[in-house]
Amino acid sequence: MRPPTEPVRNFRYISKKRRTKEDRRFIAGAGHFVADISLPGMLHVALVASPHPFAQIISIDTQAALALDGVKAVLTGEELARATDPLMSGLDIPKVRRYPLAVGLARYAGEWVAAVAAESRAVAEDAAELVEVTYEPLTPVLDPELAMAADAPIVHPDHGTNVLFQRKFVWGAVESDFAAADHTLSFRARWNRSATVPIETFGVVAAWNPATRLMDIWASIQMPKFPDLLARALRLPGNAVRVHFDVDVGGSYGVKRGLKHSVLAGYLARKLGRPVRLIEDRLDNMRGGDAHGPDRIFDMGVVFDRSGVIRSLRIRAVDNVGAHAGRAPFQLGKPVGAIVGPYRIGSVEYEAISVTTNMTPQEAVRGFGQAPTNFALETAVDRVAHALNMDRIEVRRRNLIRHEEFPYTIPSGSTYDSGDNHVVLDKALEAAGYENLLRRRDAARAGGKLAGIGIVCCLEPSGGNASFEPLFNPKNETTTWMEACGIRIDLNGAIIATMGTSSSGQGHETLVATIIGEVLERDPDTIRVIHSDSLTALPSNSPVGSRMAIMLGGAAAKAADKLKQAIMAIGAHRLSVAVDAVIYRDGDVGLAQDPARRIAWDTIVEIAHRKFHQLPPGMEPGLQSMHVLDVPTGGALPTADGRVQMYPCYAFEAHIVYTEIDAITGQVALRKYVVGHDCGTMINPDIVHGMTYGGIAHGIGAALYERFSYDENGQLLSGSFMDYLIPSAHEVPDIEIVDHCTPSPLTAFGQKGSGEAGYLGAPAAVASAINDALSPRGLNVATLPISASMLGELLANTANVPLPIRNDE
Amino acid sequence: MSAHQITVTVNGRTHTAQVPARLTLVDLLRDVLLLTGTHAGCEHGVCGACSVLLNGKPVRSCLIFAVQADGMDIVTVEGLAPEQETLSILQDCFWETHALQCGFCTPGMLIAARALLAENPSPSEEQIREGIGGNLCRCTGYKPIVDAILLAAERMRGSNAGANDAPPD
Repeated sequence: MRPPTEPVRNFRYISKKRRTKEDRRFIAGAGHFVADISLPGMLHVALVASPHPFAQIISIDTQAALALDGVKAVLTGEELARATDPLMSGLDIPKVRRYPLAVGLARYAGEWVAAVAAESRAVAEDAAELVEVTYEPLTPVLDPELAMAADAPIVHPDHGTNVLFQRKFVWGAVESDFAAADHTLSFRARWNRSATVPIETFGVVAAWNPATRLMDIWASIQMPKFPDLLARALRLPGNAVRVHFDVDVGGSYGVKRGLKHSVLAGYLARKLGRPVRLIEDRLDNMRGGDAHGPDRIFDMGVVFDRSGVIRSLRIRAVDNVGAHAGRAPFQLGKPVGAIVGPYRIGSVEYEAISVTTNMTPQEAVRGFGQAPTNFALETAVDRVAHALNMDRIEVRRRNLIRHEEFPYTIPSGSTYDSGDNHVVLDKALEAAGYENLLRRRDAARAGGKLAGIGIVCCLEPSGGNASFEPLFNPKNETTTWMEACGIRIDLNGAIIATMGTSSSGQGHETLVATIIGEVLERDPDTIRVIHSDSLTALPSNSPVGSRMAIMLGGAAAKAADKLKQAIMAIGAHRLSVAVDAVIYRDGDVGLAQDPARRIAWDTIVEIAHRKFHQLPPGMEPGLQSMHVLDVPTGGALPTADGRVQMYPCYAFEAHIVYTEIDAITGQVALRKYVVGHDCGTMINPDIVHGMTYGGIAHGIGAALYERFSYDENGQLLSGSFMDYLIPSAHEVPDIEIVDHCTPSPLTAFGQKGSGEAGYLGAPAAVASAINDALSPRGLNVATLPISASMLGELLANTANVPLPIRNDE
Repeated sequence: MSAHQITVTVNGRTHTAQVPARLTLVDLLRDVLLLTGTHAGCEHGVCGACSVLLNGKPVRSCLIFAVQADGMDIVTVEGLAPEQETLSILQDCFWETHALQCGFCTPGMLIAARALLAENPSPSEEQIREGIGGNLCRCTGYKPIVDAILLAAERMRGSNAGANDAPPD
């Protein structure tokens, strides 16, 4: 890899190659994952799943299961629903009720119908097989478009329709832009169901203490407002639920939202007076864990002029959320904040439709709907180039927002903070050796191979705000999505920082320590960062929406700066001068005129903790600070026509991929992968690069291998790693990242988010490469994933078609 | 459920236990011997998170019953460091290149890498990808892992540590 671009500011620790704080425990096998937690007297849960995609539950016979030695309870949906409140979705859909176990109706194959608690997991599983459920099967609905028809079976009959949300937004002069344009094209793009599928399944341990009336929860969780939602569902006050955020989460990338699991375990723990552990097995996770991802049909209309300038877009997106709402409908809302991608497109119509079917529910997946949208947008740009017989790069250059145009407000009302799109694209092309790549492709084609180059430009909106909530539900007036950090300096001068959420690999301890170290000029390796629990936490959300570098990092910077001001005040007071007469260096405070006259860190700490008589009047003893940061640009509700500032910061990616395809088997080999990436200032380059590599690998999976397939009867066909294919080291190529740094004007150090990097462009880029390879045969695919079998079949069926000659580049 | 007495050596320590026939090796390690560094990811032999060395060879401990390991020598992630509070060269290189994020697949990756380097002290990138090809990682895209193993191979050759992978100094 090339040396990273120098950050714009000179930092001491930020942007430097530094080892992370977290890795040390994991390489020693000393992580603290939920399945590692074992409490005295703990019971284990196994689940009974519906074999039917849609069925009335007639009866549940628990006798044989209860008779088994070691079984403590068999819980049904009826019992649980009497004792708990439905899980909230955030949309205004009161009659779409969701409980951890099916009540009355089983709405998808794999939905949990009953749960067994027993002395061991093995006994619980034995007993689960003895639970006899009688069903009356109903006709399921699986296709989201059929689900919208008037005569479709209705997944939630009380709601009266399968449509959870439908709204058409029009921003700008779409009608006249379409009427006036030189060229129009329209097509359908299909993003099929996949997800992030972490290697650790979801798990939770719950323990109820009747003496303190406190529910302790350890969970593999990455979910905003989880403690509050859990307490509400359990009908407990918020201060009776203590979620321990020091649990290491074994990957999430959005999906670890086991609210239903936690309500179930919490209820059982209280009922039985014993700690209860629920760890999904792989099939529980894939089929009943409610963690599938977007499943989306895009109908795209694009108008453009002869020179390749795109004037307007019409986008209709139908999303199959599965059997329950979850957060999935909002995944149609987040892309509003980058609905034109990195391009100057003057007007947009966007219709978003969220539909229930008898499939596993969706949850938040890396990018929160942005990766499918980027795939549809980039497919449109490639098709514009194709229609005009123009170079795909040139079309992008003509439409990309220029550096000097930032900040740039798009038709849907979001303002992009900063960017240097043309330069990042050029750097990526140069690193890829684009001219050589063209020659390599053409030589491969001349030799009879299918070879192609993929080109994609896209944005990663970052700094996760929740503006999609009021946008999709006017009753929901959420306009802040705060994050917080607290810092303390102890009597011995050691720094302790606390954060109010768990981490799932993002390196937040490193992030916080690096930033506090930078501000206070202390070695980050000496700073301890603690994941508090929900009762001691400051108001925080969680690491969603590529937000933590901006939000947790921003809160840490502000809190550290408050401490620095306090330290300077103590030092100035001790030196008997005004605060503006001192300077801060390495934790010591010296006279600006004569820095040799200084008060050392240790002395200041000693004064703060012991010598109240030496503190400036009115100052609190001890050294502690906290800061709760609102999202930069947050605070406003959407306008009546649905214009809204979604996220504050926008990172940019340019992907260049070279592929060769086996014309017989349809096997796709990725021979080269380069990504130009601009996420502003990188706090820790290894962490940013790591997440980018991982995001690309994940995107390659979504493009080529990963799909939750269902048969026509509504049965999931890919419930294991034998049929849901996660890319291995064989499938993921050696990826090269080219850094660029356009600082954000909105953040403490110019940082933007990067947790979803790579994934937002890789699926589109791989598809673009495949379509370039197919273009000599006149073929084009706009459906993901593009499996080898699909491609092989397509090539076999068209082998005899004469090849149209087309000069693309 | 029939119980069987087995004796296994794990990370140099010998344990004797009464185990049910259906107990898997990963459950023996995690639930009976309380060595929770080895992780169960899929429990059907695909993800590789539960990899351990069994008589020196990497195996999926979710696909083996504890009784099948009777009399055998097992190394888990907890046994990779030469002594308490130290790291092996391989572990240290995983830290150096940030070859992990969430850390869940890491124990299995380290075991696969250790087995590879014991057999081939100078693997090519292609051979490394082959060596870890049976271990799934969802965070890193594999490149930092490949880099870690290349670096470890280089440093181990430099230190003459060989397969035993002595500490950096």
